[in-house]
Amino acid sequence: MTSDTAKAPSYLDKQGRGGILSWVLSVDHKRIALLYLATMLTMFCIAAFLGLLMRLEHLWMGGKLFGPRAYNAMFTLHGVIMIFTFVIPGLPAVFGNFMLPLMIGARDVSFPRLNLLSWYCFITGIVLAISSLFTGAGAPDTGWTFYVPYSLRSGTNVTIAVLAAFVLGLSSILTGLNFITTIHRLRAPGLTWQRLSLFVWGLYATAWVQVIVTPIVGITLLLITLERTFGIGVFDPTKGGDPLLYQHLFWMYSHPAVYIMILPAMGAVSEIIPTFARRTVFGYRAIAYSSIAIAALGSLVWAHHMFTSGMSEVANWVFSLLTFLVAIPSAIKVFNWVATLYKGSITMAPPMLFALSFIFLFSIGGLTGVMQGALALNIHLHDTYFIVGHFHYVMFGGTVFAFFAALLYWFPKMFGRMYSQRAVVVAWVHMFVGFNMLYFTMLILGYMGMPRRYYDHLPQFHTAHVIATIGSWPLVAGIGILLWTLARALRHGAPAPPNPWGGVTLEWHVPSPPPPENFETIPKIDGPTWTFGPGASR
Amino acid sequence: MTEGAEHAEHVHKDREAAKIGMWLFLFTEMLLFGGLFILYSAYRSRYPGDFHRGGQQLDYVIGVVNTLILLTSSLTMATSLTALAQRQRRRAVFLLTTTVLLGAVFLVNKSFEWSVKFHHGIYPSSPELLARPPGEILFFGLYFTMTGLHGLHVVAGIAVLSVMTFLVARGRITAEDPVKLVNAGLYWHLIDVIWIFLLPLFYLAA
Repeated sequence: MTSDTAKAPSYLDKQGRGGILSWVLSVDHKRIALLYLATMLTMFCIAAFLGLLMRLEHLWMGGKLFGPRAYNAMFTLHGVIMIFTFVIPGLPAVFGNFMLPLMIGARDVSFPRLNLLSWYCFITGIVLAISSLFTGAGAPDTGWTFYVPYSLRSGTNVTIAVLAAFVLGLSSILTGLNFITTIHRLRAPGLTWQRLSLFVWGLYATAWVQVIVTPIVGITLLLITLERTFGIGVFDPTKGGDPLLYQHLFWMYSHPAVYIMILPAMGAVSEIIPTFARRTVFGYRAIAYSSIAIAALGSLVWAHHMFTSGMSEVANWVFSLLTFLVAIPSAIKVFNWVATLYKGSITMAPPMLFALSFIFLFSIGGLTGVMQGALALNIHLHDTYFIVGHFHYVMFGGTVFAFFAALLYWFPKMFGRMYSQRAVVVAWVHMFVGFNMLYFTMLILGYMGMPRRYYDHLPQFHTAHVIATIGSWPLVAGIGILLWTLARALRHGAPAPPNPWGGVTLEWHVPSPPPPENFETIPKIDGPTWTFGPGASR
Repeated sequence: MTEGAEHAEHVHKDREAAKIGMWLFLFTEMLLFGGLFILYSAYRSRYPGDFHRGGQQLDYVIGVVNTLILLTSSLTMATSLTALAQRQRRRAVFLLTTTVLLGAVFLVNKSFEWSVKFHHGIYPSSPELLARPPGEILFFGLYFTMTGLHGLHVVAGIAVLSVMTFLVARGRITAEDPVKLVNAGLYWHLIDVIWIFLLPLFYLAA
């Protein structure tokens, strides 16, 4: 950025003729990561704005701001954009791309060009998703789940939105395939599996889930397209098709997709907590293997979304049991993080604040999930605001808080700049307070019986709706302050040292920002890359 | 550090990685069809009689002929790799061209088969088909979807193999570095394997 001749070469330096082409045609994993970051934050802001508008609708009774159609379109797009373009690909595509090669001592991923192709698939998917808004018969109004038979009947632009999700899925598959191959092939000499940092383990488990389950939703969404264009009948009850089978196939992907969202987030938190507690992570193997256990068990619980859809009693029991089981590996992680803090020397730096919030919010999200795994309670809570509150605790309180934790943790490494920590703490206070005000109120609303996806509400829910809406304001303000602070730091931040937080993993051993080739010579590893204190390697 | 330097050298031509990547990709392809196989089994167990009658309406002779064509093309694909390994480039090109042509013949047969069905008024949402029991509608819905998706894969395979033929002819794929052709071959065999499952499920269902 500066033209200091003594400065180490950086991947951010002008390359070739410079300009936008040196970014969108770059196969450098670090530049691709930043392409993803820019795209995703844009999509996140759009979808967050839609969410804010939906909350405003509930400030009054009677749907004063938008009609039911507009509201349906808004929650559909909020869901599709958030889930398919931010929460699912977020951590792997941005921080996985940037950090994976650095953390395993490689110069790039195994297939750099395929990596760029993934980003182009991603962009194509986004363009399709946005064009579904403005072309044809209006924005899709089915909800992000595209449930049949309504998604077959709806006159809105479902076909294009579904194709968008398909293309985004392709991007996700290619990234997963790339990461698995990279982790198997490009670990530096001596970097055995037990010496890998935990974020890499999280990415590895995630990549397998991406590769295994995404094709299933791919074919399911293609079938929606075929059904809408040719009427093949496989999901159409008037032709003998079974809508329940759609739900099975959809959740066979979309439940494991929750673990695609959360596993890399857990990986990032497993990096941040030891660094700011200045202690070697407690129970390394337990954390690493529980990622694999979550990936495996998480693929077998999908039908807990369908307890009220009319499955057999036996199926309900089995999926309820499996759902309870998946809480075990998640709890293992939580206990290990807390044990890492015990007798640590804790610094409350911004990444740590967000990581600790992750543990708190994710635990609430996880425990409310266990509640819904209970068959009797599920019938009461199904399709209420309780569900909305629950999955926002997991996806927003979990994955998105971890995303910001990771962004704050690795920002100095990625951009070579420090940000104002004080401003970020202010942002965090706003976000944390606003978040709980918004979503905890939703849990209560749902328990009282407020159904999800309604554009209007009954008088007995009004007070709680107003509280939730007011809570959304500090939340959005906090996000605004955070992004503004980071944007400012890009230009005006103080130069970052190679290792501002005193981390031990490999990425902190290269300059900030890293040189284009990452490592001058590929390092030789003679011990775990994740241990603190005496006995730590290097 | 010398070891490290060697490691870096491998980064740009890691053939093992190319193979791992290809196998993972094939795995996702199988899962893509897997969703359809799940639907097939669910509906077949629900409407066994209708599926039986649906299968009777397909011409198993043309199905078997197409199977033989595709199996032969897999053979020529495999032998072209052997030819390349023995540095018989012209023979490799000949065998690859044969593979591509056999793939094209398969598609021609397939399109005849489909157009006969269309001619009889059997296509998705046709009045003729909608008048039939639900199991038959689903049988033909799945038949057109699965053989259609398979056909698209054959088209993609033909495109890939044509490029490979060109690259072999130009000496860009050699006995020393055949990984592109190996991977293209794996893809072609996958197409073959999927067809091996489609044949009994549809043509021999009766």
